[in-house]
Amino acid sequence: MKLFKAFGLGLLASALALGGAAAQERTVKIATEGAYAPWNFTGPGGKLEGFEIDLANDLCARMKVKCEIMAQDWDGIIPALQAKKYDAIMAGMNITDKRLEVINFSLPYASTPHGWGVMKDSPLAKLPGTGTTVSIDKDPEAAKKAIEAWKPLLKGKTVGVQGSTVNSQFLEKYLKDVVEIREYKTTEQHDLDLTAGRVDAIFAGHGALKATQEKPEFKDMVITGTGMRGDVLGRGVAVGMRKDDAELKKSFDEAIQAAIKDGTVKKLSEKWFKIDATPQA
Amino acid sequence: MDFAFMKETFLSLLSGVPLTLNLAFTSVAFGTVFAMILALMRLSGVSVLAAVAQAYVFVFRGTPLLVQIFLIYYGLGQFRPALQEWGLWIFFREPYWCAVLALTLNTAAYASEIIRGGLQSVPHQQVEAARACGMSGFLLFRRIVFPIAVRQALPAYGSEIILMVKATSLASIITMMEVTGIAAKLISQTFRAVEIFVVAGLIYLIINFIITRIVMAIEWWLSPHLRRPPAVEPRLEAAHV
Repeated sequence: MKLFKAFGLGLLASALALGGAAAQERTVKIATEGAYAPWNFTGPGGKLEGFEIDLANDLCARMKVKCEIMAQDWDGIIPALQAKKYDAIMAGMNITDKRLEVINFSLPYASTPHGWGVMKDSPLAKLPGTGTTVSIDKDPEAAKKAIEAWKPLLKGKTVGVQGSTVNSQFLEKYLKDVVEIREYKTTEQHDLDLTAGRVDAIFAGHGALKATQEKPEFKDMVITGTGMRGDVLGRGVAVGMRKDDAELKKSFDEAIQAAIKDGTVKKLSEKWFKIDATPQA
Repeated sequence: MDFAFMKETFLSLLSGVPLTLNLAFTSVAFGTVFAMILALMRLSGVSVLAAVAQAYVFVFRGTPLLVQIFLIYYGLGQFRPALQEWGLWIFFREPYWCAVLALTLNTAAYASEIIRGGLQSVPHQQVEAARACGMSGFLLFRRIVFPIAVRQALPAYGSEIILMVKATSLASIITMMEVTGIAAKLISQTFRAVEIFVVAGLIYLIINFIITRIVMAIEWWLSPHLRRPPAVEPRLEAAHV
């Protein structure tokens, strides 16, 4: 009996000790897609890797919390956040008005323009504006002109895009009557259909397109046309959280500001995207 | 639950019903013909034909349909030059035909087993009786074996058709905008997964309810011998009144 009592007390003590530690160090569950290289993807060993995985670990260290990063399919990523399966989303998700209706966002931690990926020998490789970038919010006239300039070349073409993204919203809003839009579950799938010739072009973030170009079978893919920012394409990539989680937003905001200030975001984005994706103030 | 929103969702999802039905019935139609051939190969008594049919069923029944769709769509996409040379690329370029092909190959495997079961369940006495009446070969098959086999196989075949209607939902992963594809798109616009999936489920339920009724009606029509003969009213004699 005594032995049991001692054992029980021991258990109680260790449980208390654990509880005490948890109170000091909150565990934050972060969801990512795991199929959006180089933002986040599943490496050859089955481990999650990418810009956001590195950044999440850095931010968690700054926030002094324990982080658990998990993979979640993109099209259910917001409903599952609302269902409290995890506390935050870091999955290349742009801040948009539509998403702000249902969830909250931190300050943006990265921002890249969005544009076209086509094969080198395609007539679309000559889409006007290659190498330039325009913001629909700051310069709507120039953006409109750039889109109009694409239309003659794009007419009747089939375009692949990942569904439920700012990219698919951009196509729906500006080019719905010009191109045939095919929606894919992941960017990897529309990449495959671009090489197979089932689609004439893909529309995605420049960071994702650059990562695709790195793969040997996509060495003939080129990024063309004016790079687009703003409007439905969002105001930069940020951490998504539930609206009632104000405390978490505050600590993420502080950590992101610090990471931008000391150049961590620049360093990590240059490592993964080969470009500086630090959001412009 | 927001019923006004659900009604709106119902109407938007209805636009996917034609494609869902199209995929289901096209593949069931092709699949039935193919299944018949497979079942006859299996029962032909020629060991090579039987082994080929058996291997086919083993492979297509033993692997997930999702994997088959991926292999046919993305897998064959890698062999574009060869397929172009054979003139098959026009076919494999379209997600619709890839979906129909995957569904057809899959249902043929299951249905061939159902048909085989039906054919083997035909009582021997019936065949012997037909032979005694001088029937043989195709006439025997058409008049005796096939009608009895269909009657036996129909309940299981009804389930297979229902399974195919539900299997079309997998076509959304290769960009086909059928009911499930549209549902996923609506969720991305509204983030209201519960309501939208409830409505999508309801649509499948309605479709399958109608299919079960049709199959039941065919069963009833095919089995008059199982029904009670119409009762003959005893004639009332004047003396008993």
